Amino acid sequence: MAALLEVANLGAFYGATQALHGLNFALDQGGITTLLGANGAGKTTTLRAISGLVKTIGEVRFEGARIDGRKTEDIARCGIAHVPDGRGTFAEFTVEENLRLGAHARHDHAHVGRDFDVVYSYFPRLKERRRQQAGTLSGGEQQMLAISRGLMMRPKLFLLDEPSFGLAPLVVQEIFAIMRAINREQKVSMLLVEQNANLALDLADHAYLLETGRVVLSGSADDIKQNTAVRRSYLGY
Amino acid sequence: MLSDVGGADRTASRSFERMRRAIAIAVLLLVAVALPFLVSNYRTFQLTLMIAYAIALLGLNILTGYNGQISLGHGAFFALGSYVAAIMMDRWDLPYWSTLPAAGLTCFVAGFLFGLPALRLEGLYLALATFALAVATPQILKYKGIEEWTGGVQGINILKPQAPWHLPLSPDQWLYFFALAVAVVMFIVGSRLVRGRVGRALIAIRDNPTAAATMGVNTALYKTLTFGVSALFTGVGGALSAIAVQFVAPDSFGFLLSISFLVGIVIGGFASISGAIYGAFFIEFIPNIADSISKSAPWAVYGAFLVASVYFMPNGIAGVVRVAGNRIFRVRSSSNIASKESN
Amino acid sequence: MEALLHQIISGLATGGIYASIALALVMVYQATHLVNFAQGEMAMFSTYGAWTLIRAGIPYWEAFVIVVVASFVIGVLLERFVVRPVAARSVLSVVVIFIGLLVIFNSVAGWIWTYSVQTFPSPFLDNVFPGNKYITSHEFGSLIVMLIELAVLFVFFRFTSLGLAMRAAAYNPVSSRLVGVRVDLMLALGWGIAAALGAVAGMMVAPIVYLDPNMMSGILLYGFAGALLGGIDSPVGAVAGGLLLGVVENLAGAYVVGTDLKLTLALVIIVGVLTVRPSGLFGKTVVSRV
Repeated sequence: MAALLEVANLGAFYGATQALHGLNFALDQGGITTLLGANGAGKTTTLRAISGLVKTIGEVRFEGARIDGRKTEDIARCGIAHVPDGRGTFAEFTVEENLRLGAHARHDHAHVGRDFDVVYSYFPRLKERRRQQAGTLSGGEQQMLAISRGLMMRPKLFLLDEPSFGLAPLVVQEIFAIMRAINREQKVSMLLVEQNANLALDLADHAYLLETGRVVLSGSADDIKQNTAVRRSYLGY
Repeated sequence: MLSDVGGADRTASRSFERMRRAIAIAVLLLVAVALPFLVSNYRTFQLTLMIAYAIALLGLNILTGYNGQISLGHGAFFALGSYVAAIMMDRWDLPYWSTLPAAGLTCFVAGFLFGLPALRLEGLYLALATFALAVATPQILKYKGIEEWTGGVQGINILKPQAPWHLPLSPDQWLYFFALAVAVVMFIVGSRLVRGRVGRALIAIRDNPTAAATMGVNTALYKTLTFGVSALFTGVGGALSAIAVQFVAPDSFGFLLSISFLVGIVIGGFASISGAIYGAFFIEFIPNIADSISKSAPWAVYGAFLVASVYFMPNGIAGVVRVAGNRIFRVRSSSNIASKESN
Repeated sequence: MEALLHQIISGLATGGIYASIALALVMVYQATHLVNFAQGEMAMFSTYGAWTLIRAGIPYWEAFVIVVVASFVIGVLLERFVVRPVAARSVLSVVVIFIGLLVIFNSVAGWIWTYSVQTFPSPFLDNVFPGNKYITSHEFGSLIVMLIELAVLFVFFRFTSLGLAMRAAAYNPVSSRLVGVRVDLMLALGWGIAAALGAVAGMMVAPIVYLDPNMMSGILLYGFAGALLGGIDSPVGAVAGGLLLGVVENLAGAYVVGTDLKLTLALVIIVGVLTVRPSGLFGKTVVSRV
C-alpha cells in the first residue's frame, strides 16, 4: 500500500539559512506518527515545509502526488489539516465562525451540519461556547477549537504542532485521548510534533527523531519507549 | 600582516570614492556657475525654480527617505515658506534675503508641531493624515479670516530683487546665483546631517524602531525634530520659489504640488542627496515637455513613472547612477574587503 | 428649531455620500489592510464611463449595472496585476503605487473626456416629497441606495461562506491558507467590491457636484474622515461615521465656522481621530501595526 505521506530529501530554508537537510520519512495511512527532538531540531519546520509555508527543495508526496511547491491553500484542500503552533484560531471570530471556516472549502454542504454534531460530540464545551469570541476561550478550549476546525475540513491527514504547549497536564490528557478517538473513529491519520516525548510516544504508533534538521532515528513508538539508551540521550528521561 | 593589507585596501577604496564624489561635485558646480551666461533669462528662471525644488526635495527626502515617515503633504510647508516670504516682502517691505531664515524657522516650528501627533501614526496612516493636509491647504489659504495677510484668492504679488552693488547681472541671473549659494549651504548641512551619527539614527528608526529605541535612541525626539528640519528645508525652497515667481496664490499649492514632490523623490531616489537634484530636474522640466503633447500628459507621465519606478527603479535615478558608477570604476564590493579583513 | 432640523437632515444627505465612499474604503481596508488613495479617482472614472453609456442612449439603470460590473472587474485586475506584486514590499512602495494610480486615472480621464464640467442625470423622480425643502429626491434616493448597499454587505459578510472567508483572509492570511482559503483571490475580490461600491458612490455624487475629473478629491477626504471616525474596519462604522460627519460639518458650517473650512474640518478630524482614538467610534482593531 502506498504511503499516505512521503518526504524525500526534503530541505527547507528560512531566508538563506537551511533548517532541514535531506529529510526522509514516510507515513502510512491510518496511524499516528510523531516527530520528536529537542528545540530547534526542525520539527515545526518539517510541518511548515509539508504545508508549503517555507521555501523547500526535495519532494513531498501526498497520496502519491507531489505537493511540494504548491500553494498552502491548495495543499490544505488536498486533505491536509495543519494545526499550527499557537493554535492559529481567529480570535475575533466566534467559535462557530471558526468552525464554519474549516468547512468553507467543502462542496458536500449537506454533510457539514452533521460534522458540526460530530465535533460537538467530541468537544461539548465548544458547543456551549459556540457564540463566544474565540479569543475569550481558555488555552485548552482554543486547542480543542483548532483541532475541531481541522476536523471540519474532513481531512485525511492532521498535522499537529505541539498541541500540549502551555496546557495543564489534565487538559492535555483529555485532548490526547480525544485525538486518539478521532484517529480511530474518523480514520484520520496524524503527524504529531511534540516536545513532550513521553506523551507523544504514548499516543503514537510510530516515531521519528530529528536532530538539527535530519532524521537520526526511527522506529515504532513502543520500541523507542523501551530503549532506555535512546530515551536517556535523546529524550532526556 | 594580512589584516593591514585589508585595512589599507579599504582606506584606498574609500578615499577613491571620496575623490570621485569631490570631482563630480566640482564639475557640477562649474557647470552650474557657467549656465546662466549660456542660456536665456527664462531658462535661468527655470533653473532657479529647479534649485528651489531641489532644496524642498532634500527636505522631504530627509523625512521620508532617511527616516521613513511618509509625507504626502509637503506642499503645505512649501506654501507656508512661500507665503512667509511674500508677506514679509510685500506687507512689511523686508529684504528678500531675510525671508529665508524666517521661512525656515516658521516651517521648522510648523513641522515640529505636525510631527507631534504624527508620532502616533505609522506608514499608511501618516500618509493619510498628510494627504489630508495637502488637500486642505488651498482652502486654508483662501480662508477669509486671514485674508488680510494672505491676499485671499488673488494672492500676493512681489517684486523681483535687483542685483546688488551694480553687478552686471540681470535680476534672473542674480537670483539664480543667490539660490545656488543657498542650495550649496543647505546641501552641505543636509549632507552632514544624514551622513553622520544623526543620519544613522534616522535610518535605524526607519528600519527598526524598536531596536533603535532599545539602543538608547530617543525615537520620539528624533522623529519630531526630523519633521521640523524637513519642513525647514522645504520652506526655504518655498521662499526661494516665491521670490523667483514673484507671486503666491492658494491654487498653486494644491494637492498636486505634494504629489510632484513625491514624484521627485521617487524618481530621484530615496535616501539620497543627489536624488534631490535628479528629482528636481525631473519635476521642473518634464512637465514642460509633456505639456506640449497634451494638457493631461504631464500627470499621466508622472503616474506612469510612479508605478513603473516601484517595479523597475526602486532606488530612483540615484540608485541607477550608483550602480553604473560602481560598474564603471569597478569598486571592490564590501564583502570582498570583509573577507580580506577576517583573514 | 426648524432650521436646526433642516441642517441635520441636509447633513444626513451629504453624509450619505461620504458614507458610500467610506464604505468602499473600508472594503479595501477589510480585505487587504490597505488604504486605497486612488479610490476617488477610480470612482470618478467609472462615473464617466456611465456618462458615456448614457449619452450613447443606454437607459440609466442598464448603464448603472454595466458600470458596476465593469468596475468590479477592473478592481480585481488592478489588485491582481498592479497591487499584489508590490503589496509585500515596504509601505512606501504601496503608497507610491496608489498615488500613481490616482494620478493616472485622473489624467486619463482628463485626456479622454476633457476637463469641462458635465451634468450627470439622477435616476430619482423629482417629486418624491413634493414641496419639502429639507431633502431633494436625489439626496433621499442616494441615502436609500447607500443603506441597501450596507445591508447587502452586512448580510454578505456575516452570513455567507465567501464573506467569512474574505474576513478571515484579511484578518489572518496564514491561518486562512491553512484551512484552504484562497487568500489571493479574496484580496482581489475585496478590491473588486470596493471598486463597484466606488462606482455607485460616484454615480450618486455626480448629479450634485457635477461631473469633472477633479470632482472626487475633496469627497475622498471626507470619505476617509468618515471611515476613520466610524472605525476603518467596520462597514457599519463607516456609514455611521460618514453620516455623522455630514451632520457635524453642516452644523459647524452653519453655526460655528462658516462653509469655507470644510476641508480643514476633515483634516482636523482625520488627525484627531488617528491620534486620540485610532479605532474610531465603532471599530475594534487598533490601527497601528505592532
